Amino acid sequence: MRLEPIANPSAARQLGLPALALVATLGVAMLLALIAGANPLAVLGQIATGALGSKLAVLETLNRATPLIFTGLAVAVAFRAKLWNIGAEAQLYAGAIMAVVLGTGALGSPWVLPLSALAAMLAGAALLLGPVLLKTRLGVDEVVTTLLLNFIMILFVSYLLEGPMKDPMGMGWPKSTPLIPEARLPRLVEGLRLHWGFALAILAAIIVWVIQTRTTLGFEIRAVGQNPEAARFAGMPVNAVLVKTALLSGGLAALAGWSEVAGLKGHLSSDLSPGFGYTGIIVAMLALLHPLGVVVTAIFVAGIFVGSDAMSRAAGVPTYIADMLMATALLFMVLAILLSKVRVVRG
Amino acid sequence: MTLGKEEAEVVLRLDRISKRFGALKANNAVSLTLRRGEVVALLGENGAGKTTLMNILFGHYVADEGVVEVFGQPLPPGNPRAALSAGVGMVHQHFTLAGNLTVLDNIRLGTEGLWSPSVSGARAKVEQLSRDFGLAVHPDAKVGRLSVGERQRVEILKALYRNARILILDEPTAVLTPQEAEALFATLRKATALGLSVIFISHKLHEVMAIADRCVVLRHGRVVGEVDTHATDRGALAALMVGGELSLPRAEARAPGAVLMKLDRVSTPDRGAAPGLKAVTLDLRAGQITGLAGVSGNGQAALAEILGGLSVPSSGQIVLGDHPVAGWSPGEALARGVARIPEDRHHQGSIADFDLTENAVLEGYRTRFSHRGWMNWRAAREFAEGIIKGYDVRCPGPETRIRLLSGGNMQKLILGRAMAPGPRVILANQPVRGLDVGAIAYVQSQLIAARDRGATVLLISEDLDEIMGLSDVIHVMSQGRLSPAFARGTMTAAELGLWMAGQRFGEADAA
Repeated sequence: MRLEPIANPSAARQLGLPALALVATLGVAMLLALIAGANPLAVLGQIATGALGSKLAVLETLNRATPLIFTGLAVAVAFRAKLWNIGAEAQLYAGAIMAVVLGTGALGSPWVLPLSALAAMLAGAALLLGPVLLKTRLGVDEVVTTLLLNFIMILFVSYLLEGPMKDPMGMGWPKSTPLIPEARLPRLVEGLRLHWGFALAILAAIIVWVIQTRTTLGFEIRAVGQNPEAARFAGMPVNAVLVKTALLSGGLAALAGWSEVAGLKGHLSSDLSPGFGYTGIIVAMLALLHPLGVVVTAIFVAGIFVGSDAMSRAAGVPTYIADMLMATALLFMVLAILLSKVRVVRG
Repeated sequence: MTLGKEEAEVVLRLDRISKRFGALKANNAVSLTLRRGEVVALLGENGAGKTTLMNILFGHYVADEGVVEVFGQPLPPGNPRAALSAGVGMVHQHFTLAGNLTVLDNIRLGTEGLWSPSVSGARAKVEQLSRDFGLAVHPDAKVGRLSVGERQRVEILKALYRNARILILDEPTAVLTPQEAEALFATLRKATALGLSVIFISHKLHEVMAIADRCVVLRHGRVVGEVDTHATDRGALAALMVGGELSLPRAEARAPGAVLMKLDRVSTPDRGAAPGLKAVTLDLRAGQITGLAGVSGNGQAALAEILGGLSVPSSGQIVLGDHPVAGWSPGEALARGVARIPEDRHHQGSIADFDLTENAVLEGYRTRFSHRGWMNWRAAREFAEGIIKGYDVRCPGPETRIRLLSGGNMQKLILGRAMAPGPRVILANQPVRGLDVGAIAYVQSQLIAARDRGATVLLISEDLDEIMGLSDVIHVMSQGRLSPAFARGTMTAAELGLWMAGQRFGEADAA
């Protein structure tokens, strides 16, 4: 068996296969439910109601989608340039740290929110600067450096929470001093948990989309990602484009952490992110790296997680099913993307 | 042609082979017979279906219709091993040899275990074959150190070692000097005298006339003619091949102008087997086409990189106008009016999944199609439409992805993009390789027109006919060294061939 590239894949193939991947994922979900001893259709139904069944459920899903939109955008921007940023998790925590550093009394209103957002973006960008410079100058593989930075950053956060940032009123729990009210993102609708971070995430998606389609930087990012050799031949500053891409990507991922602290939690803890940085990769891949698609897939993925929590309580199926679904969805989607470009030939 | 050949046994019969790729009929009921001891040339333009047909014969593709018979036995479709064991050997245009192994190991590779006890037997067989067929090559030499001509001999030996009775050669002379090609022809004559049969794929008419007994001409996937080479001439074959009379442009001599670009004792480091430049001095004058001949892999790539801004000399200077350039890069080259037509239009010249508009502005997007960081897509699209119209790019429209274009149309877009800013210096690296005759004529006439406007054109090519037809002055490159300039009409192909082989360089040094 070998793979043969298709010169001109049809639209049906390019969109139908990803859709098929989602259907196949649902099939696996039912199989898993069956293995867990539950009624598969009921489990799917409970996931759906848990995610979308009530106003509260919908708002919870959108809340959970917010950091995923940011990390999904961060990954989508970087992957578009074939810059493999696996470190959105670390950049997320860099943003969260800045939210605490500037949001616990160091700055007063009304500047604290915009300034802490800016500082968060700078911190996230700075964190990705090292790996991208190592890549452009010395050819060090950024997959390795960004991935390892995640562990360094998570340990650094643990250190901060046990030391300099520890909340003296925290009853010994590893969490930071809470943010002052002026440093918190207001609720989008009074009385409900959904905060302004969601609106900002959508705005960010639109801005990224405009950058990619309307600006010279977007043109350069796409060109460098598609064919760096041709980009270089045409006179594009390939390395500078990669650095700019990294700064944008790191800044976006940091906003995920910033909005979780400033919008939802109000403090930093070491369980701030249940792997939003990694899930962002799935979100971006499911969206085929389209920034507006990221909004849709982030909400979809968030719905699966929120719905699985609810289903777990009702059906007694472990919530790990959500993680397995995500992994399955990613594998099927990668396969679908591959098969939309090549066909399998026997012999 | 002797009567004996006509009556000799048929060793290969392709019977009404058809193969479709989507809407394209690559082969349409193609039939061909090959007799014992015969050389049949398969002649056609790029895209005529020659390679598809040979891939079907060799089992890489399965035909939609038709039968392949070798020595009277039908060949199971889609099985290269069956083709091999039936006695069909193929020498591809790009060799499939391991450079770090010896000639003998390469020949044995894939036919038997490396540690089998029959090494001496294999050696004896290889030595016997190389004597019989005049394929002089040392069995213990490392393939990586052999010249291209020697590697081709190894490929042929490999096929003979596997008892091939039918040899398929795909564009075998593309990488050879004229003298090496002559040696190959001598080998083929010996082989046919010993009863082998050869299919010789080519688009070079004079070679076909020199070596083939019969010639099968393909056009658009169909056999449009089958002629005895002794009963035809080049003009008739060319007309068959392109479907009408078509002559390539020839440039008339002109008085040279001022030096627009100059390399002054430029050297670059060797890169593995590819030689760097050895103190190359080159003047490119206004109103002149400078042809650079040479066998591929002799430093042309290093020269093209230097001139295009992709690398900087390790010693020596690049001079544009009156001043040495500083901060040399592709962007700087473009800014200084240097246009480049890259050797590899698929990977260097274009971005496959970008549409024509995006590819058209790849070089000028920053200076001409954007304002304060915002792309002006309307202007970009108009620019692309201008190129499509002005350079006769056949396509559905500017939003077509460039990968869907034929090589010729892709090259026309790249040409239009390069010519748009009115460049003073044009570097064309293999600008017509792989194009059909119509596109070749078009691209070449554009280069001549640019010269007539006062630009200087450097034409790098492995095709000596092209170099000799277009150039006002010719240089030859061999092992990274540049020959003196030869004025138009002062050199024969044979004389240039000696320079290409590197022989004349030594004599010039000694003198």
